Amino acid sequence: MADFTGASSWRGLSQSSWRGLSQSSWRGLSQSRLSRRSLMAAMGVAGIGLTLEACGAGKEAAADKLNFYTWDTYIGETTLADFEKASGVRVSTSYFATNDELFAKLKAGNPGYDVIVPSNEFVTRMRLADMLLPLDMEKIPNFKNIAPEFRDADYDPAPRHSVPYTWLVIGIGYRKSRVNGTPDSWKWLYDSDLYKGRIALTSESADLIRLGAKYLGRSLNGVDAATVKQVEEMLIRQKPNIKTFHEDNGQDLLLAGDVDLVMETNGDIAQIAIEDPDIAFVVPREGSLLNADTLCIPKGAPRPDLAHRFIDFLLDAEVGRHIIETILYPTPNAAAKALMPESYRTNPIVFPAGTGMEASEWGAFEGPEATRRFEESITRVRAA
Amino acid sequence: MANELDWHRNKSGFAALLGPPLGWFLLFFAVPMAVVWAYSFGTNSGIADIEISGTFANYARALEPLYLGILGKSLAFAALATLICLIVAFPVALAISFAPPQLKTWLLIGVMLPFWTNLLIRTYALIAILRDEGLLNMALTSAFGWAGVGPLAIMNSNMAVMIGLVYVHLPFMVLPLYAALDRLDRSLIEAALDLGAGHVRAIFTIVVPLAVPGILSGLLLTFIPVLGSYLAPDLLGGPDSQMIANVIERQFKRANDWPFGAALAFLLMYLTLFGIAAQAMMQRKRPVD
Repeated sequence: MADFTGASSWRGLSQSSWRGLSQSSWRGLSQSRLSRRSLMAAMGVAGIGLTLEACGAGKEAAADKLNFYTWDTYIGETTLADFEKASGVRVSTSYFATNDELFAKLKAGNPGYDVIVPSNEFVTRMRLADMLLPLDMEKIPNFKNIAPEFRDADYDPAPRHSVPYTWLVIGIGYRKSRVNGTPDSWKWLYDSDLYKGRIALTSESADLIRLGAKYLGRSLNGVDAATVKQVEEMLIRQKPNIKTFHEDNGQDLLLAGDVDLVMETNGDIAQIAIEDPDIAFVVPREGSLLNADTLCIPKGAPRPDLAHRFIDFLLDAEVGRHIIETILYPTPNAAAKALMPESYRTNPIVFPAGTGMEASEWGAFEGPEATRRFEESITRVRAA
Repeated sequence: MANELDWHRNKSGFAALLGPPLGWFLLFFAVPMAVVWAYSFGTNSGIADIEISGTFANYARALEPLYLGILGKSLAFAALATLICLIVAFPVALAISFAPPQLKTWLLIGVMLPFWTNLLIRTYALIAILRDEGLLNMALTSAFGWAGVGPLAIMNSNMAVMIGLVYVHLPFMVLPLYAALDRLDRSLIEAALDLGAGHVRAIFTIVVPLAVPGILSGLLLTFIPVLGSYLAPDLLGGPDSQMIANVIERQFKRANDWPFGAALAFLLMYLTLFGIAAQAMMQRKRPVD
């Protein structure tokens, strides 16, 4: 899906209606992570996108409209409608599938987005590239709802250019009935033939190299060339045991029974664990990579004031609760979390604890040289 | 002929007709391509900027054994997929060209119908069929499970990629073949049969040689898009199903290395242009019948 949405940069009426169609078709076909209820919600969101995009074809900065560029199925069922009710502003949503797509789209100049949702490393990268507006925190009083541990972030030093929306940790999603005990080590994915042909790793080069470094007992930040080489050789050895490098659809593969262990984020596994109680998640004891998705205002946003208001609205406790209820991701919003039922607050997939979590690190932006080194290394692995 | 426009005398009419498509071509094809071509001689400077420095470093890197190996593998993949397409499409095109006129229309629509469905949806449909607990394996085990026929592990393999590539590109082969076969002089086949040739011999000594121009354009029309495929290897393939287009795509996205991606893309483009030129020369040598 990443590929297709990337191709359709000029989203007109036809693409929007295609999106609705594709969602129903492929989700149905591939036994998606979404339950039926949330599938209907997803299609509803697509429907809204259709009407709004159809109406808002003009590029004039009308005050009653806001362009929101985000991930698919990443907002509460009625959140955007609630915002329209509260403020009279229509939110027109477009979707990206990867941070790179978001970056590529904005690289040549902001085509008119007011609020975007980049991950933490891309916040650093976009700040370095001077693509983000500093936030006026006076206009975002609801920032007080964010848990203290998420208020200060290495990836976005003061002055703030982002507020955290969700956070994630990569771990191993697995099918309990087909795995011995708890696979709480990266060994089972990187360095073992015990689950030959039943494991899927991510296709993200940086994640592959960094988590391999973690398995080797090193930090995932500042990985040197020798470690990259070592991880590369380990992956080449491991390749016959790997079923596939998945395109961020690891949860689908696990749910459909194609694989029994998969490198995925806790949020994605939490969604399918609701449908299938045989599915569990662990953060390997060597530690893992922490990520956050954030709300930002890109430079050149036509309506920065409105964008601040929208961000503040999303950080509201009640609004936050509704968003989490729909997407079931871990939230940095303490006030919203407090409103959630026990089953969410103590869910071991959404809020994993233990050795692995303690050993985990936030990923820092490594710069273009490292990105290229990781990429070429994984290209070699896949060509080997 | 009286109603034929004389372009030499009616220059403004000529310009009015040619202008819009030419402008379209320049604005939306030539200019963007030129920009990407310029990128291929560029260097990354900073996070988001590309400096057109006239360097050949990107091409030098693209010609490293790693990338040449991937290119070679992709060429082999594309050649095999094109060959399978030819073998499957030839009888289909022959059957359509010999079908009664009314049925012919329906058969042609049948060939073209998949084009009306988005490529991504068709690929996901294939996933639903091929996956380990998918439709194919469910049908196999329920029909032949008693005989010990187990589920086939097709999904996430080069085999799955090949199935995907052939399935998607078959119409590119069927249509030009049909166009060539439909124009065929039937009396030549009748003559061959009258003179004692079997059906197989008639096909290989009469039909195939006459269909060569159609076969050539079918090969070209199929081979080029197959070589540039990245969806099938991404979604259907296994850990080693990487094709050159996947590498190019990653340079423009994850690796954020547009100059190198542009150099790889243009390497492919030079190869394609070379192929088209070769085909044009072969057709020029062929006497016009």
